[in-house]
Amino acid sequence: MNESNGIALSVKNVSKTFKLPHERHSGLKSAVVSVVGGKHKRGYERQQVLKDISFEVKKGEFFGIVGRNGSGKSTLLKLMSGIYVPDSGKVKINGSLTPFIELGVGFNPELTGLENVYLNGALLGFSRKEMEAKYDDIVSFAELEDFMDQKLKNYSSGMQVRLAFSIAIQSHSDILILDEVLAVGDEAFQRKCNAFFDSIKRDKTKTVILVTHGMDAVRKYCTRAMLIEKGEILIQGDPEEVSEAYSAQFIDTSKNPKANELGNKNGQVRRGTGDVMYENIKHTITKDKFTLDFDLSNKTNRDISTICMGIDFCINSEIIYGNDTRYIEEYKKGIFLAANSTRHFTLTFDNILGNNPFTINMNVTTDMGTNIADLIKPAVRFDSTNVKYSPVFKVLAFPEIKIK
Amino acid sequence: MNFSNIFSKRNKVLLYELVVTDFKLRYQNSVLGYAWSLLKPLFLFAIMYVVFVHFLRFGAGIPHFAPMLLLGLVLWGFFTEATKQGMNSITARGNLLRKINFPKYILVISATISAFINLMLNLVVVFIFMLIDGVDFGWTALLFPFTLLLLYGFALSLAFFFAALSVKYRDIGYIWDVIIQAMFYATPIFYPLQMVINYNIQAAQILMLNPIAVLIQEGRAQLVGDEPVITANELFSNPAYLIIPYAIMVAFAVLAVWYFKKKQARFAEEA
Repeated sequence: MNESNGIALSVKNVSKTFKLPHERHSGLKSAVVSVVGGKHKRGYERQQVLKDISFEVKKGEFFGIVGRNGSGKSTLLKLMSGIYVPDSGKVKINGSLTPFIELGVGFNPELTGLENVYLNGALLGFSRKEMEAKYDDIVSFAELEDFMDQKLKNYSSGMQVRLAFSIAIQSHSDILILDEVLAVGDEAFQRKCNAFFDSIKRDKTKTVILVTHGMDAVRKYCTRAMLIEKGEILIQGDPEEVSEAYSAQFIDTSKNPKANELGNKNGQVRRGTGDVMYENIKHTITKDKFTLDFDLSNKTNRDISTICMGIDFCINSEIIYGNDTRYIEEYKKGIFLAANSTRHFTLTFDNILGNNPFTINMNVTTDMGTNIADLIKPAVRFDSTNVKYSPVFKVLAFPEIKIK
Repeated sequence: MNFSNIFSKRNKVLLYELVVTDFKLRYQNSVLGYAWSLLKPLFLFAIMYVVFVHFLRFGAGIPHFAPMLLLGLVLWGFFTEATKQGMNSITARGNLLRKINFPKYILVISATISAFINLMLNLVVVFIFMLIDGVDFGWTALLFPFTLLLLYGFALSLAFFFAALSVKYRDIGYIWDVIIQAMFYATPIFYPLQMVINYNIQAAQILMLNPIAVLIQEGRAQLVGDEPVITANELFSNPAYLIIPYAIMVAFAVLAVWYFKKKQARFAEEA
């Protein structure tokens, strides 16, 4: 393994195209034509997911890959893991590589924790002996000593994730590929994970390739990062630069042609007709309560009675909870704002947010849902460190929101 | 992803884990558990026995026809189970294949081995039956394991071929269901081959070109003795015909390995 000149993994001119089959024929005639036409008319579309990608990851690096959904980063990860084969180009790996595209691959709820550890280990390519050597470390890291003889279906989701994550980090492979699996478990477990990532970052023999949406993780752990978009590498290098470029990508892709740009700053997108606008948005977060204070201002010379406000909570720019005022009895029929008036609102709910970086998107419409007057994405950015709740966010458990 | 390292350490471990898991899970939440794998063919046997042997008098005058019927059902049962489960082994694990890279053929082999272990358990019952029925095992019984091996090999070849084929064409599962149903009647399992010969010798000869029919008859002859069983040897005057079933087996094995090897790299995308 010393023949490697410091390169852990190299990807050279890799392209990948998927065939997307047409599920439907637009009509009987075209169906017949495509059958009769046979070879001339193919039943699928080609979609190039990766275009001539080349990069190298050096031994000891903590390398981040970021990109929007559909940018091709997961496909890239699967190519590096040997799950997909590239159409052209080469992936070269020096040393042992363990991919964790998903935690707990092959976990079976009907098997005990112990049985699942060995099954998962076998799938990852470890012999029984190797797994026996790792077993105690896995169990103690996961803090599941008393539960290993129980069936996995009786584990809480947090316990399952802890077990899976422990297997991942005890694999001791030279190269570890992780897809968005940093934030698992409760506060104490998070701290252990952080300690592990810090140690692996310092360990010059281990290489980690991390795919994530979380720019905090990129800034915190990565020694180098890369941004891909539409199957191509946009930039590569300093994690700070890459995460800034990533955030800047979220410049509006407006679906409302009538909407005006209301201005972008600091990676914030704002658009809408501007008839009604949010102002003075402020949030306070305590151990028990989350409070959002804001003003809503009617900028027109007419009274509007069909105002509807919407709010989305996001982790890593993915919406995990959304609600709007149509579902609140008092505002069901619309909010009234007199011409050129402003009204103050306070939104509160019990703080059940776990340990996560949150963003809040806010929107307001003047016709109960479609004509966007103001949309701010994100309106608020904050980190929640709430010891009481698991970062695995449960939408169903979201408490009642009160707006006054 | 090379067939030459089928028995590398890593693959053996994975194969072992998959087979053991399958066995643990198979009769989960059932009261009788593993006993079902024995009871299933026995019930089928009871029905066949009552309908064909008792009422329709199939096999009247043929010694040990009952245990031979059971043996035929058990071997046939293995063939259906191995090919069907082998066929589904790749498509059913599409989710797994997209998450981790491991040798795909292990899935097919593990599915067929599970069926084979089941067959072994069933054969214990068959032997007990034969002893009760007063079957006098000769030295030819020693050849029976080879017949089993050939049967396993043929089922495995078909499993590989269908597994790869069904990734792209799911229809193969439905087609195979129909074919296997037809083949059940075209194989001398619940009727003696003599019945077909009495009707039309050519029909009997055609039936005995089917590898499964040949193997079942061979297995019966090896255990019960030549006298009540008509094997292919006695049916064809030209020995060239005897080779056809074995040629079919070899052809499928070659086809299966070639096709599976060609297609396996893209299973993750297509399964």
